[in-house]
Amino acid sequence: MERQACMKLKYAVIPAWVVVALSLSGRVTTGWASPADASTSLKGTAKFEGTAPKPSPIDMSADPLCAKARSTPAATEDIVVGADGGLANVVVYVSDGLSSHSFPPPEQPATLEQKGCQYRPHVLALQANQKLEVVNSDETTHNIHPTPNNNREWNMSQPHGVPLEQSFAREEIAIPVKCNVHPWMRGYIAVFKHPYFAVTDKNGGFELKNLPPGTYTITAWQEKLGTQIQKVTVAAGESKPLDFAFKQ
Amino acid sequence: MRMKITLASSALVVTLLWRVAGLAQESHIGKLVGHANRGKALYRRYCVFCHGEYGDGTGESAPYLDPKPRDFTKAVFKCRSTPSGSLPLDSDLYDTISRGVHASGMPSWKPLLRQERADLVAYIKTFSSAFQEEKPAAPVPIPPEPPSSQESIKRGGELFQSLNCWSCHGKDGRGHGPSAASLTDSKGYPITPFDFTSGTRFKCGDSDPEMFRDLVTGLDGTPMPSFANAMTPDQRWDVVHYIRSLHVSRKHSEVKIQSAGQ
Repeated sequence: MERQACMKLKYAVIPAWVVVALSLSGRVTTGWASPADASTSLKGTAKFEGTAPKPSPIDMSADPLCAKARSTPAATEDIVVGADGGLANVVVYVSDGLSSHSFPPPEQPATLEQKGCQYRPHVLALQANQKLEVVNSDETTHNIHPTPNNNREWNMSQPHGVPLEQSFAREEIAIPVKCNVHPWMRGYIAVFKHPYFAVTDKNGGFELKNLPPGTYTITAWQEKLGTQIQKVTVAAGESKPLDFAFKQ
Repeated sequence: MRMKITLASSALVVTLLWRVAGLAQESHIGKLVGHANRGKALYRRYCVFCHGEYGDGTGESAPYLDPKPRDFTKAVFKCRSTPSGSLPLDSDLYDTISRGVHASGMPSWKPLLRQERADLVAYIKTFSSAFQEEKPAAPVPIPPEPPSSQESIKRGGELFQSLNCWSCHGKDGRGHGPSAASLTDSKGYPITPFDFTSGTRFKCGDSDPEMFRDLVTGLDGTPMPSFANAMTPDQRWDVVHYIRSLHVSRKHSEVKIQSAGQ
């Protein structure tokens, strides 16, 4: 009797695994328009309302190699306002509406450069598990030290020209990055589990391309000014304007 | 039949979960196997006052301590044999418990039995899901140490300058470089760089191979970075020799070598 029960169990287990495997593979493909066919676009700007705060100058005299590397005086980058009040370094991304589809990371690595003892770009966005190339174009030695909440914390010394490759496994918006050698250095890395994100350019412009038709929650994040949220519905082939306004 | 499949598969899932959870609640240090359920009682007796009931470093004594007790829920540890960003090995946690952490409130727990320390490691690992989700990377290799020499100390001194060690540790190694005042740990508390003239009782051990290892792994959760990409193994030994030569009050062979050349 016991042996019979054992046999039954043995046969029951296999279909259970098949069901699990099938349901997992189905998650990726079913009901999902190919991003290439969608050709939708959400295009707009992030603006700063009111008088833009003046950036504070940064004193780099503690490291002569930093001071020497700069042709223009360094200034803080926590709020960078460009032409017509356009707000730079805002991360605009889909925060809801993509359900649980999974997106493989792109082959192309994202690059974070240390130049003139500041981070270029100041705010970087990439996908989880996408390669992150860290470049030190300065003569001095930096240590690049992200301080995440939801990812592993690492801290690597990087002399000039030495290659460094890392990645982040989980979504996190956004990870502060610092250099302990040069305490004025500060940047952010936003990590996404999908490819629908953008960082505004120096005039506040951004574009989210090729979203599959649907209704989405779009979030705009700024390191000092917080987040703004909008709901938007896009149909196939549709281009929609989308603007965000930040206040201090 | 369908009912049976559901039953069977859920039984299987339960068994698997139980198995995974069971493994995560063990620690393996050499042949020693620690068990979290036994570690819990020990933790509540010896560790809870500082590290807190939930392992988040907010025990009753925590406000009076500097540096603060480790927050185990973050699974970030200073003293590891694994690369920066990796979880520690069980043996790393065991070594820290045994050694204690110099210049902190953490004493050496050698008075506890080896088995008890292993049990504590197993329990500490239950405070973070990271130990179930990830595996620690392979420990960093430590090649044999070349003999110290005046040239090696000199090269180490040059690296100490060119790699900006001095930004925090100071040009003379006294721990008061230009960035020293700005340093914080991962919780935002101020942290002071090591004064190499004061001694060599480093947080993660004071032998030459341990210093070499610290240069490769960095001390995660602190401003001390990993120099894994920044130096060759020979260069790391040079820096170890140089740091030894800074400890003027105790006669390390490096101090003698240095003064003989002057």
